[in-house]
Amino acid sequence: MSATTVRVEAARPLEILASWARKNAWTLGLLGILVLLLVFTRLIQPRYGVAGIQGLATSVLPLALAAVAQAVVVISGGIDLSVGSMMALTSVVSASLMDGQSNEFGVAVVLGVLVLGAVLGAINGSLVVLTRVPDIVVTLAMSFVWAGCALLVLPTPGGGSVKWLKDLVIGPLGNEWIPKALIALVLIVVLIWIPVRRSRLGLSIYAIGSNQLAAFRSGVPVGRTKRVAYMLTGLFSAVAGLSLTASTGIGTPVPGPYTLMSVAAVVLGGVSLAGGRGGVFGPIVAVVLIQLMRTDMTFLNLNTNLATVAQGIILIGVVMIGTLIQIRRSRV
Amino acid sequence: MTVAMRTSGWLTAGAWRRLFRDRPVIPLLGLLAVLVAVSELVRPGIVSPSWAAVIVRASVPLAILAGCQTLTMLTGGIDLSVGAVASMAGFVVATLIAGPGTGPAIAVALVAAAIIGLVTGIGVGVFRVHPLIMTLGMSLVVLGLANVWQLQNVQTNSGVSPQLRSLGSGLFLDIIPYNLIVFVPVAVLILVGLRRSGYGRLLYAIGDNPIAARLSGTRGWQVLIVLYVISAVLAAIAGLLYSGLTNVASVALVDSAVLPSVAAAVIGGTSILGGRGGYVGTIVGALILTVVESLLSSIGYPEAVRQVLFGAIIVAVAAAYTRVTGET
Repeated sequence: MSATTVRVEAARPLEILASWARKNAWTLGLLGILVLLLVFTRLIQPRYGVAGIQGLATSVLPLALAAVAQAVVVISGGIDLSVGSMMALTSVVSASLMDGQSNEFGVAVVLGVLVLGAVLGAINGSLVVLTRVPDIVVTLAMSFVWAGCALLVLPTPGGGSVKWLKDLVIGPLGNEWIPKALIALVLIVVLIWIPVRRSRLGLSIYAIGSNQLAAFRSGVPVGRTKRVAYMLTGLFSAVAGLSLTASTGIGTPVPGPYTLMSVAAVVLGGVSLAGGRGGVFGPIVAVVLIQLMRTDMTFLNLNTNLATVAQGIILIGVVMIGTLIQIRRSRV
Repeated sequence: MTVAMRTSGWLTAGAWRRLFRDRPVIPLLGLLAVLVAVSELVRPGIVSPSWAAVIVRASVPLAILAGCQTLTMLTGGIDLSVGAVASMAGFVVATLIAGPGTGPAIAVALVAAAIIGLVTGIGVGVFRVHPLIMTLGMSLVVLGLANVWQLQNVQTNSGVSPQLRSLGSGLFLDIIPYNLIVFVPVAVLILVGLRRSGYGRLLYAIGDNPIAARLSGTRGWQVLIVLYVISAVLAAIAGLLYSGLTNVASVALVDSAVLPSVAAAVIGGTSILGGRGGYVGTIVGALILTVVESLLSSIGYPEAVRQVLFGAIIVAVAAAYTRVTGET
């Protein structure tokens, strides 16, 4: 039976490719726009090259990881408004512990901070499940709590990072065109997300996001899956916080604009806010697009504030078109 | 016998539950009284008419912003653009008073806010964009445009107008804040509007069951457009009071008040899922948050501890509501 299936699949590679492309149409479309934008960047600024790509990759890394963190929980049907605060907390914890320490100690700190992130996320998730208060309220309140904890750990920006962590995200790898930050991003996502996505857990996350009641009736442990989804969000937020420490060399206790930007990137990346749809690669590409757009606006001598305006308009526009398509489909 | 049963009935869990569900303002006022008592215990002699005046003065702009959240949350929405709109209003007025004067400057700010609200309302009502995304996107747009405006006005940027300063921060006889002149009519309008007007009932109807509301002939999109215009104008008014209170005009002045405004509405018993809540609770919620802030800072806790406790209180109150009302 399985042998037949394999032969059938092997016989039609084109069809498989086509169905894969259909499933990932949104991400592929974003990638297409990204390539066009890169060409455009090169046209308006012929000197945009190795340095530009390196800078882009390093500056994109924390936001891209924040977008991945947000994507996981949004797919499960929730939302986490404490991503930015969790990043700030994990970043200051790592920066204050690693300051002036040996490389070996740094390894222990990184592992500890990852566990810390998972614990923070698990607390968020447990509160959502136990209190049955809407996620948006719980995580909004928890964003105060985590930001306050970050200020307790480190009242002013400071601390430091061990050298190998910085080396992990800054500079090229082998070929000068391949930024380490990009490799790190892809590795992190592939090592954590792909195994989850392929497992029963991943299926459950998509199931509770798509229809919680149906998932419950088919035997999916809704509460536990929700907790794990929040835990994964906390874990990715910790990785994002570490990348902040690595790329800036210090820890900053005040949350950046990452929470709201991550929600925006998730929506642009083709994840439905209602849950159950989308993946993590779309949001990553969306983040790179947003960042490159800002760079282009400086090249064109446009006011970068107009980039903020454009970002808002694109965000609204994309969701508007998506909703209109859905409305038309449901009429047909 | 019956009387005795009634009296003992007051102490049962069911009665408490009903009290919480039907009259959330009463337990909230109790909480407020406890907080005031704790303030007095911690710093004997601190509670005085002038202390109350300062608390009320600080609560008023927050209560107006929380009014935006209450109204939008009643329909199942939320307005995250209040921070950007409010800051924009204060900033625009500050840049214009040197030229056209305070009156026209305020008019310009309110009209600008109304236009922003109109766009938001069209997005939410007609194009059915999720309010969270729509208001988030609009706040990016408003922030960007305000920044562009700022760059063009660097030279002519003057301070907050003296009239706004006395309106926002002045105290009549040291005990009555002048900003009540703005707040009382606004609050009465919201309260009466929600309870007595058809429009107010429609907000509850849409939030409670949008399909039923549509089937009974409500034009939801019109209601939503008007709602977001009202919300933006209220936010602009709050922004003017904030700039008067702090004597600062900046494009990010009110950003830090957005999350507390949602918190005040949630503490006040308005459900973020729509259809349940009211403005009295929100006003008490804003007062509670301000008293908590002042209490924690008078104890001398650092900002960090204040934030942690702040968040914990919101979760606790919201959890209590959910437990008591049995709604999710």
